[in-house]
Amino acid sequence: MVTLTINGREHELDVPDNMPLLWALRDVVGLKGTKFGCGIASCGACTVHLDGEATRACVTPVATVQGRAVTTIEAMADDAVGRRVQQAWLDLGVAQCGYCQGGQIMNATALLKQHAAPDSEQIVEAMAGNLCRCGTYNRILAAIERATDKEQSA
Amino acid sequence: MSRTDDTLLLANVSRRGLLKGLAGGSALLLAARWDLGLANEQAQFGAGAMPGGWVDDPNVFIHIDSDGTVTFVNNRAEMGQGIRTSLAMVAADELGADWARVQARQANADQDRYGNQNTDGSRSMRHWYDPMRRAAAAARLMLEQAAAERWEVPVHEVRAEVHKVVHPPSGRELGFGELAEAARELEVPGRDALVLKADSELRFIGKEAGLINGELSQTHPKAIDGEDIVTGRAVFGADVDLDDTLYAVVARPPVYGAKVKAVDDSEALSVTGVEKIVRIEGTGQPAAFNPLGGVAVVATNTWAAMEGRRALKVTWDMGPAGDNADYTSAAYRASLEAAAQSPGKVVRQSGDVETALNEAAARVSATYYMPHMAQAPMEPPVAVVRLRDGKAEAWAPVQNPRATREGIAELLALDLEAVTVHQTLLGGGFGRKSKPDFVIEAARVAQAVEGRPVKLQWSREDDIQHAYFHAVSVDHLEAGLDGDGKATSWRHRTLSPSIASLFAPDPKHKGEFELGMGFNTMPFSIPAIRLENPPAPAHVRIGWFRSVYNLPHAWAIQSFAHELAVAADRDHRDYVLELLGPGREVHNLTVGDGWNYGEDPDLYPIDVARMRRVIERATEEAGWGRETGKGRGLGLAFHHSFVSYTAIVFDVEVSEAGELAIHRADIAFDCGPQANPERIRSQLEGSCVMGIGIALHSEVTFKEGVAEQDNFDSYLIPRLPDAPKVLRVHLIDNPDDAMGGVGEPGLPPVAPALCNAIFAATGKRIRRLPVGDQLTG
Repeated sequence: MVTLTINGREHELDVPDNMPLLWALRDVVGLKGTKFGCGIASCGACTVHLDGEATRACVTPVATVQGRAVTTIEAMADDAVGRRVQQAWLDLGVAQCGYCQGGQIMNATALLKQHAAPDSEQIVEAMAGNLCRCGTYNRILAAIERATDKEQSA
Repeated sequence: MSRTDDTLLLANVSRRGLLKGLAGGSALLLAARWDLGLANEQAQFGAGAMPGGWVDDPNVFIHIDSDGTVTFVNNRAEMGQGIRTSLAMVAADELGADWARVQARQANADQDRYGNQNTDGSRSMRHWYDPMRRAAAAARLMLEQAAAERWEVPVHEVRAEVHKVVHPPSGRELGFGELAEAARELEVPGRDALVLKADSELRFIGKEAGLINGELSQTHPKAIDGEDIVTGRAVFGADVDLDDTLYAVVARPPVYGAKVKAVDDSEALSVTGVEKIVRIEGTGQPAAFNPLGGVAVVATNTWAAMEGRRALKVTWDMGPAGDNADYTSAAYRASLEAAAQSPGKVVRQSGDVETALNEAAARVSATYYMPHMAQAPMEPPVAVVRLRDGKAEAWAPVQNPRATREGIAELLALDLEAVTVHQTLLGGGFGRKSKPDFVIEAARVAQAVEGRPVKLQWSREDDIQHAYFHAVSVDHLEAGLDGDGKATSWRHRTLSPSIASLFAPDPKHKGEFELGMGFNTMPFSIPAIRLENPPAPAHVRIGWFRSVYNLPHAWAIQSFAHELAVAADRDHRDYVLELLGPGREVHNLTVGDGWNYGEDPDLYPIDVARMRRVIERATEEAGWGRETGKGRGLGLAFHHSFVSYTAIVFDVEVSEAGELAIHRADIAFDCGPQANPERIRSQLEGSCVMGIGIALHSEVTFKEGVAEQDNFDSYLIPRLPDAPKVLRVHLIDNPDDAMGGVGEPGLPPVAPALCNAIFAATGKRIRRLPVGDQLTG
């Protein structure tokens, strides 16, 4: 048995220790917002927050996250920074197919929680690990800039 | 949008009432459908010529609840082009619906009811714009009639406004919801009774709003799926959640055509969660949409299935693969380059090319290479299928629901009516999901565990190694120039395996629909032209990849035109405008077999004036001709495809160390009338980024029949730092021509424009894609 705290709720899961958090979330807990894209931490579609830090769930064994706070895209609407990022995404029509965008938003939100007003170089570097096959990168950049804390950057 | 009005005038035949019950028998369909006076089944071109044709019955597509909620049924696959939003916007505008009360419902696979559902060829808006407006106009008229009857006034005294019908003389008004029940009982009006809204009355269609080149202009009707996507609630194929689901992955033959020889599944079965091993018979070659065969591992979750597959010991019989097991990319490329030295099947000829080449003041020749690529949508192939009580039900992200339904029915020997295919959102398509092999595979596994749903998941390795690959290509061109540098002759030999090899014994030559993608429609005005197609055999599954054979054709032709300009010591833009000649219409039947994206060549000729206009606009916006300084340069390319016109200019810089920076891209695009300009921009932006990946990174190579790349660490696709720092889309205002495609035509000119810019910056000519380390090496 593995005990996980996901979006503030405790879950007891009967899964092997080495099962990646991604599959525990999707197939066992039933939270489908975290996506499978590559399985080798190369695309970022599975990005979640572990104690606030952006983490690739596809290569993170469940046993290693016991006792840590797992946060998924499903909880972002209730998070002040997360909602601001989501709203910027909507305002600028970032998404095309949308499959990668949960992971993009999780990564962007973690970035903005660490740096309220990152410069564009920091944004590019932070987002380089999140693939979007539809090619929405220019809008992703613009949306993150829109979601930065204007008071901090002023 | 004048086309719509013309089309309506042509249908000056009363068919009042015939539309009611349109989904009935096919005889009624034949009578009721209307395509420039021809029934769908008799139409030669356009939407009517597609399997299933078009339908414009409001009862099929529009539902209004008594609470006022308006639901539009979307019959096309949503894969990121925004069609669920755009078609709903078109219908909502014509109906007069309040966008806040609009929702979309996705149609199941049912071409008899919904018309053609095969979402490829950049056809959704150009084939469904008119039917959706007519369906909505008919519904609006029914609401007006219902109100007039309620108030006992003549119908001409009432009119629909936003989400309500008003009677100005008395000041009365009723909401759409209050009228819905009565309107539903009315006969659907005939098409001759419909009056579409004038452009001045439109609120959404053609309106520029949203993010325009970095500036947010005004609030745009929000995307139908926008909120679900950003909150993680959107349901893609992988997200379908049914009770009692089993999860499966498949070990497939490493080489196309190979079969299972023996399986040792003892270790796999001992993996916790693994429940069953299922052999899948391959159907040999050609594979069409059938599974490749192999061994499925069925488990209680995806991870257990993957672990089980790792523990599986399969030996493969390479015999049935034949010479596919010797397929090695470097040797294949050399064989195509050798074949390109000899004449091939002539597909277009004018003048005497050999004499003109021999008499030329200067000759230029070049050979271009584009590798295999995998579509690699972010959502790998995945499907859920359940077989129960003699009925199959599938939930899948597919571009071609009809082929999916037929494939399942054939595999399970069921009637089509016993198969239901629910269309989920697609996490990207790009042509990969035009082939429903992965759903049919899931149906095969579902058959082995009857009664329980099976979710069959492809890993990224599966996706890249067993793609329907974009055809590898060699294009060899030679041209003769006169003393002024003007081209007097042009010979182009194109070599690629054909997609036809997927469905029939390998023809080894490109078919009409492949040559028609920018090869025999080459628009330059040159006295002597010969276009040839030498043979090229297929050794892997070859399939559609966004914009398909336009990719190698544009890559070669647009690179070579620049090489000619350089040889002539002329400005590239001025030179190609001269090559194109004055504005004129080229009827594609005069330049080959005449495949024209399924469209009427009279309605959709290749219009050189439109081509010139996008070139002029893109170069003007980019500041063509300005001083760029050392190591920096501008590059141009343009292309006609999917009956639209695109030109791109890149501004790039290459450092001493060979590092490329893309400062800016200016894209000019003419697709005729624009239904939803905001989503047109997003498609052009996305095409630009994807094209940069094609130019710089993406390649699948084979060694003895096995793909050498297997995930995003070896098969490289563009990342955020690859995107142009500034990306500008300039939409040509052209409401008067026929509507063109949007999803694909932005892609073909990207790679040649980028490589032409690299040449302008460095003097280094790229003739082999991807660029990879050619700038640093």
